[in-house]
Amino acid sequence: MAKEKFDIIQSTCIPIEIDNNNTDNIIPARYLAFTTRDPKFYGDAFMHDLRYDANNEPIADFVMNKPEYSEAPRKGIHEIIVGGQNWGSGSSREHAAWAIAGYGVRVVISNSFADIHRNNLLNCFVLPVVVSREFQLELFKTIADNPQAEVKVDVPNQTVTNLSTGHSEHFDINSYKKYCLMNAYDDIDFLLSNTDKIEKFEAEK
Amino acid sequence: MSKTLFDKIWDAHVVQHVEDGPTQLYIDRLYAHEVTSPQAFDTLRDKNIKVFRPDHVIAMPDHNTPSDQQERIDDPVGRKQVETLKANCEEFGIKHFSMGTKDNGIIHVVGPEKALSLPGMTIVCGDSHTSTHGAVGAIAMGIGTSEVAQVLASQCILQSKPKTMRINIEGELPKCTTAKDVALYIMAQMTTSGATGYAVEYAGSAVRNMSMEGRLTLSNLSIEMGSRAGLIAPDETTFAYLKGREYAPKGEEWDKAVAQWKQLYSDPDAVFDKEVTYRAEDIVPRITYGTNPGAGIAIDECIPTTEGMSDSEKEQFLSMLDYMQFEPGQKLEGTPVDYVFLGACTNGRIEDFRAFASVVKGKKKADSIVAWLVPGSWLVRQQIIDEGIDKILEEAGFELRLPSCSSCLAMNPDKVPAGKLAISTSNRNFVGRQGPGARTILASPLVVAASAITGVITDPRKL
Repeated sequence: MAKEKFDIIQSTCIPIEIDNNNTDNIIPARYLAFTTRDPKFYGDAFMHDLRYDANNEPIADFVMNKPEYSEAPRKGIHEIIVGGQNWGSGSSREHAAWAIAGYGVRVVISNSFADIHRNNLLNCFVLPVVVSREFQLELFKTIADNPQAEVKVDVPNQTVTNLSTGHSEHFDINSYKKYCLMNAYDDIDFLLSNTDKIEKFEAEK
Repeated sequence: MSKTLFDKIWDAHVVQHVEDGPTQLYIDRLYAHEVTSPQAFDTLRDKNIKVFRPDHVIAMPDHNTPSDQQERIDDPVGRKQVETLKANCEEFGIKHFSMGTKDNGIIHVVGPEKALSLPGMTIVCGDSHTSTHGAVGAIAMGIGTSEVAQVLASQCILQSKPKTMRINIEGELPKCTTAKDVALYIMAQMTTSGATGYAVEYAGSAVRNMSMEGRLTLSNLSIEMGSRAGLIAPDETTFAYLKGREYAPKGEEWDKAVAQWKQLYSDPDAVFDKEVTYRAEDIVPRITYGTNPGAGIAIDECIPTTEGMSDSEKEQFLSMLDYMQFEPGQKLEGTPVDYVFLGACTNGRIEDFRAFASVVKGKKKADSIVAWLVPGSWLVRQQIIDEGIDKILEEAGFELRLPSCSSCLAMNPDKVPAGKLAISTSNRNFVGRQGPGARTILASPLVVAASAITGVITDPRKL
């Protein structure tokens, strides 16, 4: 996955107001049988069976197919998903995070994320932002009223702002992960730089 | 200081606390299957590094494995994935249990039954049902592929410590209530996100009285309420189960190990972030009616109505029922089913086959249904044959298939066709989980067996 350093993201959003949007929804199991790492392959499969019918025709009333939300993400456009409650529950498949990243999304906002998926998003350089239920519902309303509405996610200051209402919330992220996101630094590199500590632990066990 | 079981195991594996960050946790056992590992091995090749501790890693294919024959995989995509796992294991020096050999099976069945998962261990796998192994008294967590690469590279992961929850099931389970029903009951009470952010310890007299197989089923389903891990303090049941198994310590080593394992319990005054107690007497055989495992009812109850729901809750509830082709308030008992599935890492163990056989013995499978009876491993399959259970199944019109994840997740030929209704011992009833358009009802082996005989959703207490 391409790693882009995080700073401030200001963008229109895709509202996916589905609670318990499990990772089977985010990417169906048949896309898991591949050994590729091609971001486009997984991006094309994002929410596939809700986006397309059995004949691979777009399902018109699914949110991602509506003209106001169908444009592929690029800078300032649809880089943010506002998701329903308990986003990413179920299977641990990181392919779900690959699908979101591959589609071009950089931030997912919800009031709750499943633990494993949340870690997977971070490892794929997609930022999960936890907000209050009230803020999440306000975002859905703002976007429904105006699909062009923008949300600002300020990673250095750890704030998320609904630019239409001016309402803002602080979000949590530990300093280590924040450093990783802002510097495109990987957990694996951190761990590899610590093998002396691991060997010491093994020796003392 | 008094500690919970989880704390004891976690603390014994801390390599370091990253400042204002996660914990670097040492991992005793990594299991790898074909689906979530190929890209992790690619990462190692990209960085030109070896597997840090190959003897801590065990690999086997299970998701793509067909259950009708295991000479070959017809689908070229699935075949490539299984071949890739084998090639990666050869390249990196990892023990690999090949498809169709006596060592193979579903990882979460094979690990405990070979005593590769032991009390006090930290265990991870790129699979959310890794929580299963916690039943032996271990911290067992599902991880993503990036983390699989991290463990391959360093035998460690970076995780923040979850909160702890204890769920007590007190009393005696009624007749025909199994560990599966207990798990489905807890999920319906707590919802599928009720334990998000927690590691759950199961306790109470009903859990103490469960067999090891039942405990594995209960821990297996921890993830379905959002819990990262589910664990049960090891006791005589655990030790009796593990003793003499292939990779269990032997002789003096065994005695030493048991002495250590006996320290693995939550101290009497240990404080949990959350504690819940349910009465075993309240739990009866259950079924799900919706498209998440928490959407369940007692088998003789009706689907809820929309009364009291907010507009958005109502919309999602009705869309779920629309997919399932059910109505609010409908009674499901007596509804015809098309497919039955016994197996998966949830209910693919010997006790599950014994339970199924106890119901179908001397009866005949309904002609209208297709039945897939799939042992979780070759060891389970052998035990089924050794106990003569295969004969009982055969006489009742059932065929015993070959070990595989099978119809749990539509990654092999055992797919439920669109629109068909399956009653299944697996773990997820998500939209399309058993095949695009397939409808799934989750239940215990007893409910599935009773339904296989009548062809309709059947309460095993009434058969």
